Amino acid sequence: MTTFMVPAVDVAALKDTTLLNMGIFALFVAVTMVIVFRASRNNKTAADYYAAGRSFTGSQNGTAIAGDYLSAASFLGITGAIAINGYDGFMYSIGFLVAWLVALLLVAELLRNTGKFTMADVLSFRLRQRPVRIAAAISTLAVCFFYLLAQMAGAGSLISLLLGISDWGGQALVIIVVGALMIMYVLIGGMKGTTWVQIIKAILLIAGAAVMTLWVLAIYGFNLSALLGGAVETAGNPNILNPGLQYGKSETSKLDFLSLGLALVLGTAALPHVLMRFYTVPTAKEARKSVVWSIWLIGLFYLFTLVLGYGAAALVGADTIKAAPGGVNSAAPLLAFHLGGPLLLGFISAVAFATILAVVAGLTITAAASFAHDIYANVLAKGKADPDTEVKVARKTVVVIGILAIIGGIFANGQNVAFLVALAFAVAASANLPTILYSLFWRRFTTQGAIWSMYGGLGSAIILIALSPVVSGAKTSMIPGANFAIFPLSNPGIVSIPLAFFLGWLGTVLDKRLEDTSKQAEMEVRSLTGVGAEKATNH
Amino acid sequence: MGHEAQETDAAAAVDFKEVQSTPRFQELRKRHRSFVFPMAIAFLLWYFAYVLLADYAVEFMSTKVWGNINIGLIMGLLQFVTTFAITGWYVSYSNRKLDPIAAEIREEIEGHEFDKHGNRVGGAAQ
Repeated sequence: MTTFMVPAVDVAALKDTTLLNMGIFALFVAVTMVIVFRASRNNKTAADYYAAGRSFTGSQNGTAIAGDYLSAASFLGITGAIAINGYDGFMYSIGFLVAWLVALLLVAELLRNTGKFTMADVLSFRLRQRPVRIAAAISTLAVCFFYLLAQMAGAGSLISLLLGISDWGGQALVIIVVGALMIMYVLIGGMKGTTWVQIIKAILLIAGAAVMTLWVLAIYGFNLSALLGGAVETAGNPNILNPGLQYGKSETSKLDFLSLGLALVLGTAALPHVLMRFYTVPTAKEARKSVVWSIWLIGLFYLFTLVLGYGAAALVGADTIKAAPGGVNSAAPLLAFHLGGPLLLGFISAVAFATILAVVAGLTITAAASFAHDIYANVLAKGKADPDTEVKVARKTVVVIGILAIIGGIFANGQNVAFLVALAFAVAASANLPTILYSLFWRRFTTQGAIWSMYGGLGSAIILIALSPVVSGAKTSMIPGANFAIFPLSNPGIVSIPLAFFLGWLGTVLDKRLEDTSKQAEMEVRSLTGVGAEKATNH
Repeated sequence: MGHEAQETDAAAAVDFKEVQSTPRFQELRKRHRSFVFPMAIAFLLWYFAYVLLADYAVEFMSTKVWGNINIGLIMGLLQFVTTFAITGWYVSYSNRKLDPIAAEIREEIEGHEFDKHGNRVGGAAQ
């Protein structure tokens, strides 16, 4: 690959605009903090804190879902993946979008009708409470943790680019600051506050990406073919337009691509922080509306990423991106700098940063709700905890999770964030999806099936990740010095997801205990009709 | 188990097994499943066909159709189109075929409770 055609993007010059970037970012933090503070004044009950009093409309919630979903992985990660790996990066956009159909058709409304606050409410509805609730809470915490790692790694990349910090200690400090800010948002604002932050951020992110997309297209006379030609010319490699640049190298890598595709499409409907968003609307119909709204917003955004990714490949060049601090994740900010100079870079970086902050807040509140509501209130206190204590426990959990995410983020720093998020998708699809689908659609499903499927899926996904080249054995690994990578694929989905479905079936058919059929009837009637569920708006 | 009123009163006294066995509920269940299952299978097949082609039929996907636009890109963009189309289709199907019947059953259950105990329970009509 050659770089002689690359227009000048002087990475060193970015340092001169640090103050401007930080100013725009500080402004965003200040404005959102005021909004969070105002929104939180009425947080009284547990329903207020976790589910925003179920007060959001479908379109507001849909925008917030888009905000939750369009994380740094989508913006920084996909743009970078397309800029460097071309067509193979586009796969993320498609998988992340098509996955919403699983959520829309099979999960969203039924779940809204059956649950209250958390995924575990639904999963334990007609099965034995304690074991299922504990398993669901553990898998929620695990998925949130993996997702948090990705966001923290994105924050590290972004700031190291903006401030030109390339040493480990400096980036670690940045991650600590991000984590602290995030803890504040969640502690003060609860679900309502974080939902408003998501809405604002989603609008800013989509608008920012739209401006950049139009700008890139305008440079190429609104001719997509010419833009692609530009990318080929800069890369010096026509294969950037074809599948296989990253995953076509060997049979193993082809299998890895398939595994990634499977995890992406099945992961979304099992992400606890997305599922929890369905509870912030008053009815199933609003839940449907929010999914539809978010599908449109998310689809539009992913179309932009195609242009942004190839735009970065054409105008910035893969070599410049890889050499910049922040590496592959810096493609979008570098493209912004090329297009609109320091001002656009400042705006885009502030938006990307806000994205990370908001998504981290959403994940944290989900994890905290799961711990406080499922493990503390329902298992430890056996349902006798009063709501005030439960919210207090949730707040304490926020601090603990925040600290764990900061530590994890420091270690995950430097990995492609889209790739890291795909791991969270694989864990979610393995641990949660089989049990969600079985308990909604399979009458015979039993507690033993749920337990086997959840622990089997979660355990196999995490063990396979630990034994994969992601963690050791390659020079891009988290622990490059060691080598215990006996599992060749970097995404475990192709093994762990079918295994979890199989275990759910096996556990059920081998289970001698039958579940209460009247609970099954109640769940089915409730999930399809919404009987009783709308009462939740009374608070 | 919970500390909130959501799962009590209105729903508690209802015999859900009876509701489940009514022809109307069976019809709702059938309408729901006969739409979402085939649709889910269809889009998953189409999606995996696309993934497998991108994975194992690189030459085919790299065939240029117009300028630098190849079959792979067109098929990728078609995934967006089908996703939007299925979304729209599902919404119109639910509005026409599922919502009315679900609302009927809901009103019946919650209305029934209202008569039996003589006080207002159930929350659909607030």
